[in-house]
Amino acid sequence: MSEGHSGLVAHQFETAEQQKETVNLGMWAFLITEVMMFGALFSAYGFYRAQYPAAFAAGSDHLNYFMGAFNTAVLICSSLTMALGVQAAQQGKRKGIILFLLLTILLGGIFLGVKVLEYADKYEHHLMPGINFSVDSPFAAQIELFYCFYFAMTGLHALHMIVGIAILGTLVVLSYRRRFSANYYNPVEMAGLYWHFVDIVWIFLFPFLYLIGRS
Amino acid sequence: MSDHRIPKRIYYLIFATLLLFTMITVEVAFYDLGILSFPVALGIACFKSTLVILYFMHVRYSSGLTGLFVSAGFIFLAILLVFTLLDVKTRDWQFQPDESGISLVVPF
Amino acid sequence: MSNTVAVASHPEPDNNYWTAGYGLKSWLLTTDHKRIAILYLIMISVFFVIGGLFAVLIRLELLTPAGDLVSSDTYNKLFTLHGLVMIFFFLIPSIPAVMGNFLIPIMIGARDLAFPRINLLSWYVFAIGGMTTFAVVLFGGVDTGWTFYTPYSSTYSKTAVGLTAIGVFITGFSSILTGLNFVVTIHKMRAPGLTWFRLPLFVWAHYATSLIMLIGTPVVAITILLVFLERVFGVGIFDPALGGDPVLFQHLFWFYSHPAVYIMILPSMGVISEVVACFSRKRIFGYGFVAFSSLAIAVLGFLIWGHHMFTSGQSILAGMVFSILTMLVAIPSAVKVFNWTATMYKGSISFETPMIYVFGFLGLFTVGGLTGLFLGALGLDVHVHDTYFVVAHFHYIMVGGAIMGYLAALHFWWPKITGKLYSEAWAKLSAIIIFIGFNLTFFPQFLVGYLGMPRRYHVYPDEFQIFHILSTAGASILAIGYAFPAFYLIWSLFRGEAAPANPWNAKGLEWTVPSPPPKHNFDTIPVVKEEAYDYSRLEEEVV
Repeated sequence: MSEGHSGLVAHQFETAEQQKETVNLGMWAFLITEVMMFGALFSAYGFYRAQYPAAFAAGSDHLNYFMGAFNTAVLICSSLTMALGVQAAQQGKRKGIILFLLLTILLGGIFLGVKVLEYADKYEHHLMPGINFSVDSPFAAQIELFYCFYFAMTGLHALHMIVGIAILGTLVVLSYRRRFSANYYNPVEMAGLYWHFVDIVWIFLFPFLYLIGRS
Repeated sequence: MSDHRIPKRIYYLIFATLLLFTMITVEVAFYDLGILSFPVALGIACFKSTLVILYFMHVRYSSGLTGLFVSAGFIFLAILLVFTLLDVKTRDWQFQPDESGISLVVPF
Repeated sequence: MSNTVAVASHPEPDNNYWTAGYGLKSWLLTTDHKRIAILYLIMISVFFVIGGLFAVLIRLELLTPAGDLVSSDTYNKLFTLHGLVMIFFFLIPSIPAVMGNFLIPIMIGARDLAFPRINLLSWYVFAIGGMTTFAVVLFGGVDTGWTFYTPYSSTYSKTAVGLTAIGVFITGFSSILTGLNFVVTIHKMRAPGLTWFRLPLFVWAHYATSLIMLIGTPVVAITILLVFLERVFGVGIFDPALGGDPVLFQHLFWFYSHPAVYIMILPSMGVISEVVACFSRKRIFGYGFVAFSSLAIAVLGFLIWGHHMFTSGQSILAGMVFSILTMLVAIPSAVKVFNWTATMYKGSISFETPMIYVFGFLGLFTVGGLTGLFLGALGLDVHVHDTYFVVAHFHYIMVGGAIMGYLAALHFWWPKITGKLYSEAWAKLSAIIIFIGFNLTFFPQFLVGYLGMPRRYHVYPDEFQIFHILSTAGASILAIGYAFPAFYLIWSLFRGEAAPANPWNAKGLEWTVPSPPPKHNFDTIPVVKEEAYDYSRLEEEVV
């Protein structure tokens, strides 16, 4: 997203301040598109949940809520480390950036690891739509629908996590090469916005997929 | 925008609140709240994400324009949700699963 | 503008964006918004010809009531590809990606868009999406209609739906990137003194368009992706036999695709505002109303998608709500039409080519808009749903409205873009031929549709033949009208007179830079001290 390097102002901007504000707004505009993209999936999920509450609750029961809650906590931790990483960047603390970004990557990796365990578990229990789905229930078709959305939504979310980890990895390398300073840290800040957004998606996914209808 | 230096303790406070509400949302899921279970889960999720947006993403300290962009995203998402749910909730027919598969049920 | 100023601000007259670099690489790796606009222009012109060829085949087949020229399956593919190519690869990018790309930075006094490299990326993404669609044609085409309705598209169709879905999905991202670039540019790159209410209305219209691109496109992208997944994995997301609901697909599809109609028409409306003020020598009547009506159309556009689904099985209450809300869109649309006509009132109107297209637009858009109200009325729509009445309606909006606006823009800014003047006589002639050909093509379709001819059928009862003959005859005239500009515009590139900086004596920052503009648009960023369309002051200066 950023056009300039190391405090350089790209030719289309008048000042560094204008460049910074512009890039920031561009990131928010991008996040709007992300909200709508996940939002379409949430809407479709809500549409079916409203039609088939019992079947979706039954589908939800097969999920391991403890793993979901654990992953929520992991992501919240990673959001904290990301926020602290951005703060380190604002203060020009190079070691702080590297430390906190590596921690964030580590936590993101733990999240994905748990996700892999969950997916493997679903595969073993024949809950993968289109691959090996079989459930003994009068609502089998609707439970399969639930799992279609479970995999579509968590899959898209996991894809965003992987992209996020790749971005953070790049930033660690750039930071190691002293590319950022207290005057120029825009990429770190933008990556932070992206990471927090991915966290927010999970904050909604967790209760909707794992919790509602459990009682 | 983010030239405001947010004290570290605010980050820790938000972090603790987020964890607390994660526990709360798990806990209440095991009580039978009836039709309230969805609104409660939605409310807690909205509260948590608002905290993330305002503090971790610095919107509280940014220009009004950023706030406008954020709200625009969620308002249009709400439009999509409300109108699709309006349809499904006011239909006089629905798909019903039965032994032979799925049939269309018209209640009158 | 006197000569001294022009020379002072432009010491090397040959150093414009055309001559700033030579060779294929200097074009394919450019980040100059003007060159990217030219790349888009070439691309969408090719797609327009392809989409037009499909239309020619459709009209030829419909000349006779029997299915004699092509088989039913081929006919299905023809109208599908016509719709896909024209909508996703011509109409949606036409004015924004060509004219908007070229003009917005200059109009707001910036050296480039906010993110030039993302701008280039959007062209490449568009090209990849376009190539994928070419591949679809090679693999035997696709027959779902441009709407991809499920479960036909997800389960039953034996054609290359998957590949088409990927092509449309990719192209969507090009649209998102363009919209993102415009929104951010208009917010953050305006020249000093250029407040929101001094912006040209072209820019306001593009702001509204970009909002729709940003908000709507991701929804259709993910929906098409779900159809793709459904085909690949054989799951039932939208298949009623497996618990899915095809009406949900229509909700998600039209959440984007209805506002997408406004992506096509809003930029045209922006063009009309510019041209009508210039050739009436007056400031636009009710600037604020025209500006906000663009935003109102964009926002209301997201509240009314259900009027495409009156007969699809959505709830009656939802149908009524959508029907009522549809009527609301007539208000901002009418505000615009009334303001343009009021602008002409007591103006000193001249009839240059762009203005002829504006007159065409005003008449045809009004017909298209009013028939839209018929279709938005819940009761009447049940009668004319999926008939040629609908086909005629949306062609009046998209061809009569959007393409007329596109041609007006092309003729209005051609001297600025290329630095050459085209032949005014030929241009006027072709504008009139297009107007006549268009009406002869599509007006009979209102009648035959009202009489009950369904769309997407290639065999029809004998009594409808006279309407189809008229329509095909009109399409031939229209094709001639469209062919003319291709010749005289390309001719003008080589033999045309050099254009002055401001051939129309028009207002706006783009007319203060030389034609064609220099590489970085402005040597020094201008300071804006007056409102847009201040023609009265211009006239006084001339006098």
